[in-house]
Order: sequence, then C-alpha cells, then structure tokens
Amino acid sequence: MIRKLLVANRGEVARRVIRTCRELGVSPVAVFSDPDEGAPHVREADAAVRLPGAAPADTYLRADLLVAAALAAGADAVHPGYGFLSENAAFARAVLDAGLTWVGPDPGVIGAMGSKVAAKERVAAVGVPVLPDLDPDAVAEFPVLVKASAGGGGRGMRVVRSRAELARQVESARREAESAFGDGTVFCEPLLERARHVEVQVLADAHGAVWALGERECSVQRRHQKIIEEAPSPAVTPEARQRLFDAAVSAARAIGYVGAGTVEFLCTDDGAFHFLEVNTRLQVEHPVTEEVFGLDLVAWQLAIAEGERLPDEPPAPRGHAVEARLYAEDPAHDWRPSSGTLHRFEVPGRGEPGGVRVDSGVEDGSEVGVHYDPMLAKVIAWAPTRRAAVRKLAAALERARLHGLVTNRDLLVRVLRHPAFEAGDTHTGFLDQHGLTAPPDVDVRPAALAAALALAERRRTDLPPGWRNVPSQPQRVVFGHGDQEVAVEYRHTRAGVVTDVDATVVSASPDAVTLERGGVRETFPVAVHGDLADGAVVEVGPVALVLRPRFPEPRAEGVEGATSAPMPGTVVRVSVEVGQRVEAGAELLVLEAMKMEHRVLAAHGGVVERVLVEAGRQVGAGEVLAVVEAEAS
Amino acid sequence: MSTLRTALDTRSPGYAANREALLAKLVELDAEHAKALAGGGSKYTARHHARGKLLARERVELLVDPDSPFLELSPLAAWGTDYPVGASVVTGIGVVEGVECVVVANDPTVRGGASNPWTLRKTFRANDIALANRLPLIGLVESAGADLPSQSEIFIPGGRAFRDLTRLSAAGVPTISAVFGNATAGGAYVPGTSDYVIMVKDRAKVFLGGPPLVKMATGEESDDESLGGARMHGTTSGLADFVAEDEVDAIRLTRRVVARLNRRKLGPAPKPVEPPLFDEEELLGLVPTDQRVPFDPREVIARLVDGSRFDEFKPDYGTSLVTGWADLHGYPVGVLANARGVLFSEEAQKATQFIQLANASDTPLLFLQNTTGYMVGARYEQGGIVKHGAMMINAVSNSAVPHLTVVMGASYGAGNYGMCGRAYDPRFLFTWPNAKSAVMGPAQLAGVLSIVARQSAAAKGQPYDDEHDAAMRRMVEEQVEQQSLAPFLSGRLYDDGVIDPRDTRTVLGLCLSAIHSGPIRGADGYGVFRM
Repeated sequence: MIRKLLVANRGEVARRVIRTCRELGVSPVAVFSDPDEGAPHVREADAAVRLPGAAPADTYLRADLLVAAALAAGADAVHPGYGFLSENAAFARAVLDAGLTWVGPDPGVIGAMGSKVAAKERVAAVGVPVLPDLDPDAVAEFPVLVKASAGGGGRGMRVVRSRAELARQVESARREAESAFGDGTVFCEPLLERARHVEVQVLADAHGAVWALGERECSVQRRHQKIIEEAPSPAVTPEARQRLFDAAVSAARAIGYVGAGTVEFLCTDDGAFHFLEVNTRLQVEHPVTEEVFGLDLVAWQLAIAEGERLPDEPPAPRGHAVEARLYAEDPAHDWRPSSGTLHRFEVPGRGEPGGVRVDSGVEDGSEVGVHYDPMLAKVIAWAPTRRAAVRKLAAALERARLHGLVTNRDLLVRVLRHPAFEAGDTHTGFLDQHGLTAPPDVDVRPAALAAALALAERRRTDLPPGWRNVPSQPQRVVFGHGDQEVAVEYRHTRAGVVTDVDATVVSASPDAVTLERGGVRETFPVAVHGDLADGAVVEVGPVALVLRPRFPEPRAEGVEGATSAPMPGTVVRVSVEVGQRVEAGAELLVLEAMKMEHRVLAAHGGVVERVLVEAGRQVGAGEVLAVVEAEAS
Repeated sequence: MSTLRTALDTRSPGYAANREALLAKLVELDAEHAKALAGGGSKYTARHHARGKLLARERVELLVDPDSPFLELSPLAAWGTDYPVGASVVTGIGVVEGVECVVVANDPTVRGGASNPWTLRKTFRANDIALANRLPLIGLVESAGADLPSQSEIFIPGGRAFRDLTRLSAAGVPTISAVFGNATAGGAYVPGTSDYVIMVKDRAKVFLGGPPLVKMATGEESDDESLGGARMHGTTSGLADFVAEDEVDAIRLTRRVVARLNRRKLGPAPKPVEPPLFDEEELLGLVPTDQRVPFDPREVIARLVDGSRFDEFKPDYGTSLVTGWADLHGYPVGVLANARGVLFSEEAQKATQFIQLANASDTPLLFLQNTTGYMVGARYEQGGIVKHGAMMINAVSNSAVPHLTVVMGASYGAGNYGMCGRAYDPRFLFTWPNAKSAVMGPAQLAGVLSIVARQSAAAKGQPYDDEHDAAMRRMVEEQVEQQSLAPFLSGRLYDDGVIDPRDTRTVLGLCLSAIHSGPIRGADGYGVFRM
C-alpha cells in the first residue's frame, strides 16, 4: 500500500497528483528547484525536498537526486507526472531498484516505447497501421516532419518543406532533443498537413485487463504543441471509434502495458489512421477523459501500482469535455514566452458546480520564470453537449483575470468561437489555415478610455479631477497595446466627462468604468499593476494596456543595426561570423528560453560588424547580441 | 454644531431669472477667457508649433501632475487696455510631483513673449502669491524682453522681477527657471537669480548682450551659441544646471527638481472633507439680478462649506453682517458675509471682535462681500460710525491669519476696505461675474456730482441746465457702471480672477490648500483701537 508518495515534478501536474493524494489519504512529498521554493506545489505537500539549482538538468531531470529525495523523505512510491523524467526508463528502474513503487508502466515498456522508431515496429507487428520512416538523406517528397525519437511536447520537432533546410533543421532538432531528453536520435516521417490528432486513453491493470477509455481529439496545436483538447472527438464515427479502440488495445497488449497510457494516432479525412506513438505516462489532457468518464486517472494509476484489478467494464462516457491550455506566451510574436509576475490569476466559476475545472500551477503573484514550460493552467469545461461545453469554456477564458503576463488566452477564445471549430472541422494546421495567430483588429479605445478614467479616479483627491477655471486642453493618456499605441483624451467637466472616444461615461471608479455606446451600457473592470509613474500595466477585462510614460527618458543613442535579445535566455549557437554578409531575415543566432529554441534574425541585410555573445552565454532581455551594418543602398 | 438649512425655492420665477442672467454673464466670461487662450492668434500659434515648440499652456499642462487641478490666476489681465487680454503670460497654481507650485509661463506667441506693463503686474502678483504662501516658483521662460514702446513703464519697476526671485530664495521658497527660448539682456537675470536652471538644447539663449551688441561694444565676433547657448551654459559658464534634450525633457527635468525639493507643508493638515448638503449649482439662481435686492449669505455658505455646517457667532447682534465658523475642504475658516449690504456700528464692532478671535485661534478668514458701504447720516456719524469702521479696518489690516475674499455682488465704498478688498492684501481675491465695485453706485455717484454742480451754479448765481445735467448724469453713470464691472476690475489685477460661482468651493479649497504650504499664525498686535 502506498502511504507516502514523492511527486517527482513541479507546477500544475505536481498539484494535480497532490490533490488525488489528499483524497486518498496518501501523504504527498514535493521536490523543488531554487526558483520554485515558494511555489504552490511545495506549500501543498506534506514535505518537500530541495533540488539545488534552477536548470532542469540540475534539478527535475536528476534521477539520482529524486530517488535520494524519496528515500530521505520516507516515501514508498514515486509518481513522475508528465514531462521531465516521466518517460525515462532509467529513472523508473532507479526507483524500483531503491525498493520504491514506481507509478507507471514497467521500465522495459517505457524503454521500448521511448524510442518512437522501435515503438512503430512493435505495433506494426500486431497489425496497427503506421507511417513509413524516411531516411533523412534520401527524402524525396516534402514536406516532412523531423521528430525526436525520445521526443514529446513538440520539442525536437521540425517541419521541413525543402531539401535546403533539411540538414540544418535535423541538426537543430537533434540539439534540442539532446538538451531536452538526453537523446539526440531523430527520424523523418511524411507530414500529413490536414490530419487530425486523435489519441486513445488506455488503462491496463497488472492482471491482463485493458480498458480503452475513449478517445481525445487534440488537433488544434501550435508548433506541434497541443493547445485545445476534447473528448470525444467530433470526427470519429462509432465504427471508426471501435477500430481505434481495437488498435489501441492491441498495441497495449502487444507491449504488455500496465497503468495509464495513451496511444496516439493521426487520422485523415478518409477515415484512415496511423499510429504515432505510445505515451507511457499521464497526459496533460487527461482531465477531459476524467470529466467524460467520471473517474480519477491518477487514483487509478496508484491503485494499479498497488496491484488492484480493473472492474470488468469501464464506466459509460457521458457528455463532452473540452480543455484549453493557458500559456504565458505571445501568439502574435512567434509564441514568444513571457516571464514575470502573474499579478492576478482568477477564472470565474472555478471549481463551482456547473462551473469549470482549473488545473493550475500558479496563483496570484506567482513568478513565471524562464526555466520551465510556460504553461500556466488548463481550463476544462464539461457539458452534456459539445456546443455547450465549448461555449462555457470560451466564456470562462474570456472572463478570466490574467494580469501581468502576455498569454494565449485571446487566441484560445478565438479558436473556440471559430465556426470551423464549432463545426468540429479541426486539424493540426488549424491555426495557420484560419490565420488565428494574428490578433484581430479590435477597437480598444473604449477600454483605453476606461483605463484612463480609472487611473484618474485612483489619483482623485477631494478636488474635482483635472479641474481648470480656464480650460484649454484635455488630459491625454497614451497606452501601449501590443505593438500599437492608443491615445485617449478626456476632460472632466461639470456636465460629465468629455472625450474623443465615441462613448458616454456613465460612471467611473478606480476598479470599474461604465460606458454607454450605441445605447448599450458596458462595465469595464480595471486592474492596475506596477508603478503609475513608470510603465504600469492596466488590465481592462481581457485587454492589457501598458501606460506609456509622459516623459520618456531621453535614450542613450542606440547603436544602429544592433540586434538585441527579445527575452532572457541562453545562447545556443551563433550562426554568423564577423564580416559575414547576411540577408534580411537570416538567422544570426539561436537563443534557448523556457526550453524552446528561438531564432534571432537579422532585421535588415548587411555585414555582421560585431558579435557580442558566444554559445552558452546567459543574456538578459534587451541585451545587444550582434550588430549588422546596413549596406548602403 | 448647527447645520444650515435652505429657504431657496428653485422652482420660483425669480430663481429661474437669476440663473438665466448669471448664465448669460458666464457666456460673456468664457468669450473673454477665449481671448486669453488665443494668445497671439492662430498665425503665431501655428508658427510656434511649426518650430516644434509647445504653447505656454501646453507647457503648463505637461508640467502639472496628471488629473490634478490647476488654478489659473489673472486670466483677464490687461482686459480693457491697449494690450492683449492675458498680458502675454500664463500664471497659476498647479501640483507638480505632489507639490503645489506657482507657475509663470511666458506666452511667446504674443510679441515673442515680450513684457508689457500688465505682464509685469501679473507676474509680480504671482511672485507675491509664491512668497506669501511659500509655494515654489517655476518659470517657463521664453521672452523677447521688454516691450520697447512701453519701456518707460517697464524699465524702472521691472527690476522687481529679479528682486522678487532672490527674495523668494532668501525666504526659503525655491525658484526654478526652465528656459525654452530667449532670456536675454535683463531677461538673463531671470535664470541668473533662480535656484535651479534648466535650459533646452539648441533653443535657450541666455546672454546679457547678443552678437551685434558685443560687436559694437568690444569689436569681438561671436555667435548665439558661444554667448548664451544651453550647451555652453551647461558645460562652460555653469549657469545651466541641466541641459534638456527638448522641451518635453526640460519639463521632465523641472519635475525632477521639484520632486527633490523635499517640500513639506508647514500649515496644519486638513480634516476629512465632506461635501456641502446643498448643490453648488443653485448658487446661480440665488443672486438677484438687481443689486439692490439683498440675499441671505447663509444660502451661499450652505453651498460652500463642509457638511453645510456653520456655527454662527453673535447671530442676533449686528445682523447685517453674518459671522461664524466652518470648515472648507477640511480647513477651518472664520466667515464674514454681508447680509443686507450696509455696515452699521454694530456690524463693524462685531467684525472687529470676530477677526481678533480668528487671530487668537490661528484660523483663516473668508470674506464674502456684498456691501454698499458703511451707513451714513447724522445719527450714525454721531454714533461713531467712523470710529467703528476704523476699528474694523484696523483689525482687517493687522490681522495676520490668511484672508480669502470673494466678491459675490456689490463692493462699494469703505465696505470694500473693511471687507478685505484688494488693498488689504487678502491671500486671494476672486470675483463673481455679476459683481460690481466702485467708490459708490453709478446712480449715487452721478447724483452726487449733479447736486454738487447744481449747488456750485446756484452759488455763482448761474442758471443750471437741466438737460445738460441729465446727459452728464447718464454719461457718468455709464462710465462708472462700465468701470465697476468684473472684467474691468480683473483686467486691472484688482482680483485674481473672475470665477463661475459654482466653482467657488473648489477655488477656495485649492487656495486654502496652497495657503497651508506656509504656517498659519494669528496677529501679535494691532494698531490703536479708537474707543
């Protein structure tokens, strides 16, 4: 029996496992890196063990430290969560060798499935359809997908559309895979551009029973990273479902799988499907299955690890569940991760009956750093029908208060409300096909007016704001909104607020402003974070506005042609040399931040005059990396 | 504690007529203010903007804290003179980095910001306010110097500009000059006599003599930059403490200077503020169009003071003058308000006592004027009205607590003096647009002249031309009427501005707050009270 469980992970999944521990009466033990010392998962556990350092390689990827932590804390079992060492056979073996219970399948199975190349061979042998492996040196048709054999979460994965790119992308995928998984093996497959990503949740006990717990559709992805998942799939017919389940169960049986796992397939419009891989762990998107089947997969993982038998039949599915992953990243800027303080994290209806489920690793005031995955939370809605679940999820996301960081929230809402999504017409190229990554052209002037008036209310003294006996001009406030500047003008008069925004001001307080436009009154909630004198962020509902200073500090004359770091990170590789001629858009160097590689490109063509960094160097946001002297035209 | 009640009938025809008349006056006032706002007119404004420069008011707006109130002073200066309304300078009290300051900004669109006699008077008034209330003085300087055609009226008195700056500095009131353009010849002493100087790069020009004068005087060849450029003053002469990149940067630097003055207010902090119970809007319907009809000043007080609470002093004695205690925007004040125009001996003695009480408790005084003067007639002269009026004038003159005066209606004769008119140096004096002030009413004055002329003719045995007399009376009446109106008086700096009555509480609140930058202390002694 498991009494004390070490959760060898952090953030959202650590909290998820701890929650089930509480329900079962198991005592949870957390581990934490230095930046995570104050994280919620540490606080919520009964005990915690420090993993000195910050980088995953020094902390959450250190099998030896994790086993030692489990032993030191007196744990009798280890749950790996997902990511990090969750699919690392050596870690599983080390746990077992230490005399502890491993919550997951046998290390042999993990090892076998950890190689995507080997896994394909194993399941193909029992008749499950697979995509052909392509030799990177002999690819004839493009596009192809370069994948890390040990990969997951989109890391080490590259789309290659021409032979010219191939070698470089393979190299880059190798490096990323090496860094993320410690295994640089990559392989190529034909890229099915309009395919759906459908996966079957399996649950197998140690006594030979295997359940197929429905399928999940995870087609909406960014950079091969799922962002919206649902169960069941809107595209899978009952007949196809049965074939998928049969294939998944066959695959699980073929490899002697025990525990919770996922068999992933790519499905094409013609009803054909191809095996992708088996994930030998809990999936990020497991909550949609839990909501539809009314069970706790983590509890079952523990029960199976304790040797319990599955009942003869799985519970019957009911209704529909949809999950959206909230990331601290900017879809409009190449998914650039955003780090800093999450001042406010509040999702309406969280945990309420009829509300939404929120699995998060963060809370008000959390620091989101550069070391780990930028996922903030998952929001899951269940309803009897797909339409109702999607609508509920979109509304909860729209009304959520996410202050301080750029997030993908608006993108998620746009996807959920897109007619093609509503029609269930999703595939892995959904975002690009519908051009959803660029922010839509919305009029933020009313929100900017609300922000300005709320700021005026915050500054209000006992005298009327902005009072003039001889008025000559309005108050003017400039906000930054993404790349745009929004200026609003207003003046408080005896007869009310006069403004250049097409709206009538009904009321204003420091926290909310009500405007009337076209006979309709709308209340804008306003929250302010930071220093009003210097770059405060004003959150007006879902619109984030950055207060521009009235007096910009005169800037030290910048170096012309200088390229600076878009975010803090580590230089992985410098791609150019001093004196080299480069085209606009050429890769100057590659930064790694938050476990993703980011290419830093030349803004204009010219000659590389200086390179100020070298591989391995930590750089801060805004730090000058290289200088390209523009060519005289 | 007593809370005032109102007897005002807002549905009466009189109320509506009063309101309409006052609103018409406010429209006229707006038109006069618009002249000041127009500065040198659209041509010079456009030229100024085209040079990448900000207007005087744009500089001021950028200087003061966002959403903070700004009280412009003497906006109608030079009204009714040969010079443009506003006197080519903007002055006022604004909040900079949380500190109330007096701001003086030249308007370079009016003859290059050159000073005329009214510019001087308006500037001196601002300097006086800075000194009396210990408010840092910020000059936004860009002036072509003296308006030469009127040099005879400027040169000698103009020296006070520099004297004021150094005296402010000596009194511990900081002075800051941000130079946006010309400050040459005598004008160079404005930055020269300031505590802090900011100059805008490539714009500021500060020297005693320009290249032509230097050439004439010494034969030396020179240029503007080497004689008085911002960079030269920042790096070589040391006259500039800060060299700004541009105008906006100069204002940023000015704000930083103020932020580092570490100013503390010396007066007591206000109590929590409560709005009055009654709507200030109703002040418009309160004041009769006919000045001969008195109105109850308690109705005004009820719309000015916190919670409409007023503890009246001697309510049953000398009832033509209302006296009592209240709070205004959290600051305690003693109020003296004319109730029925005329001041009798009782009123004069009541006021004398009340002013002494306010001084004993360090309480500022608010005078609400609506007076036709001290009572005349044998009975009153024999009763000692001169002695009693003199006692009141003695008390007002030597009272040391801050005084605020609002002319709500009439301000005639020695009543203007006893009720702390301009000559009695109230810290601030504002006028309602309906107000009138003169030695006596136009009809009375014309009548007096007529009687004197008739008597003179009779004494000489000459016939008296009644027709001529009527024309003379009409003319005098018109002239006196014209010269007793608010814009005329304001144009001559006899007040600090004509205000919308509905703004009275806000204006007084701003003034009280500014006043409390300095200490509040009552008088140590008075002149001899003639008993």
